[in-house]
Amino acid sequence: MIQFNQVYKRYPGGHEALRDLSFEITEGEMVYLTGHSGAGKSTLLKLIAAIERPTSGSVLVKGQNIRSIKREAIPALRRNIGLIFQDHKLLFDRSAFDNVMLPLQIGGFDHRESAKRARAALDKVGLLSREKANPISLSGGEQQRLCIARAIVNRPAILLADEPTGNLDSDYANEIMHIFKSFHQVGVTLVIATHAENILTQFPARELHLKQGALL
Amino acid sequence: MSAFIEHLRVLRATLLRLLLTPNATLLNVLIIGIALSLPVGGYVILKSVQSLTGQLTSTPQISVFIKVGTGAGEVTRIGDKLKQNAKIDHIEFAPRDVAFKKLQQSTELAEVMGDLSQNPLPDAYIVYPKTTDATTMESLRDELKKWPQFDHVQLDSAWVHRLEAVLGFGRLAVAILAGLLSFALIAITFNTIRLQILTRRDEIEVAKLIGATDAFIRRPFLYFGLIQGLLGGIAAWLIVSGSVLLLNHHLGDLVSVYASEFSLLYLSIADSVTLLGFSAYLGWLGAWFSVSQHLWQIEPR
Repeated sequence: MIQFNQVYKRYPGGHEALRDLSFEITEGEMVYLTGHSGAGKSTLLKLIAAIERPTSGSVLVKGQNIRSIKREAIPALRRNIGLIFQDHKLLFDRSAFDNVMLPLQIGGFDHRESAKRARAALDKVGLLSREKANPISLSGGEQQRLCIARAIVNRPAILLADEPTGNLDSDYANEIMHIFKSFHQVGVTLVIATHAENILTQFPARELHLKQGALL
Repeated sequence: MSAFIEHLRVLRATLLRLLLTPNATLLNVLIIGIALSLPVGGYVILKSVQSLTGQLTSTPQISVFIKVGTGAGEVTRIGDKLKQNAKIDHIEFAPRDVAFKKLQQSTELAEVMGDLSQNPLPDAYIVYPKTTDATTMESLRDELKKWPQFDHVQLDSAWVHRLEAVLGFGRLAVAILAGLLSFALIAITFNTIRLQILTRRDEIEVAKLIGATDAFIRRPFLYFGLIQGLLGGIAAWLIVSGSVLLLNHHLGDLVSVYASEFSLLYLSIADSVTLLGFSAYLGWLGAWFSVSQHLWQIEPR
């Protein structure tokens, strides 16, 4: 599903974010990405979503090489990837429901079908009662869950989460990890960047540990 | 079908966005409307004057007035001689009696003519040349002037030619004005869309992250430009039509003094459709330039 071969990522200015990475994540697998902040976790996720391109080596996502992917092919790739951000990236000019509708509008789905799916996604993360609320009025945990609802609403094959439990207390964090677990059970490939030790012990899975851009 | 619904959705969202900032929208639409109304107004004036010349003379002709007192037989001989001229297509005889009656019936001179005890008019021939370009016409006129039987030879189309030249100049001026102000319209839309893109930066970035195509992101901005241009066109139409209505009202008093029937023409349906289509297209074009200039700068990081 995701395959890295001798991947280097150097940012303009010379900072080497990733060094000689080679690994594979198979379909339906759940993988943790660990390491200190600045170890290259976010950069790695960005490569998978084609937000950045590798400086050398190849990154294959569903058979497509991110290094040489055409600009026009990126939207189709990203529709297969659900992105969950640490800063949520929610839109505050519309309701929670409309935030979740956005990926479906982009995908060109029928409106009635989309509304049904959006409500199902909100229900899944326990926010159905808040569908009319503006995201700004939601708590940190609720915003994170809304971000998850948006990421899963068009049923992507891959979910990438960057510190999804970052600023949440452990109750919220557990709740979110249970949601992830349920996606893993239905065959979604999950890559979760985290440095929360308690999660790693409570929900064990393969770990890719990064240190200064290299795999340990 | 789903594409159609998507376009409807964007159209609805765009209209809501325009209504959300009514002052800015009104101001932009007015600026565009005023800018467009200048060349359109010029066009209306030109068209009105042109229709006036069309009413008066359609084909160029030369009138030759035979000396008063020439006998009827001599007049017929002159007619035959004219017919033999290779440059002349056909001629029309205008007998002095008929011309006199016509003049008596005609509007503003009726009173003057009624007082005349005898007919002061000469017999005349109206000559229609085979070719009607200015040089042929003039050389034929000069040739006819040399005939001793003629009192006066008049090239009736001369003033039409002069007016044509003036109208041609006017058309060019309107075209230049239209070109410049079209550019202004594009620039106005360009800037409006640029500001919108800046304020909707987050939305664009998120949409890109979720897998929106460039077309999807571009669409609402293009719609915005299109609709703003269209509204500007409607404003221009209202300004011009309102002005024509107002001016004609006052023009009526003015021209009735001269017993003339000049009035400004309203925009025809074809002209109106062209105006609206063109303004909408220019708005779309300005938005397109703006989007292709600014959108690529917003890439998620």
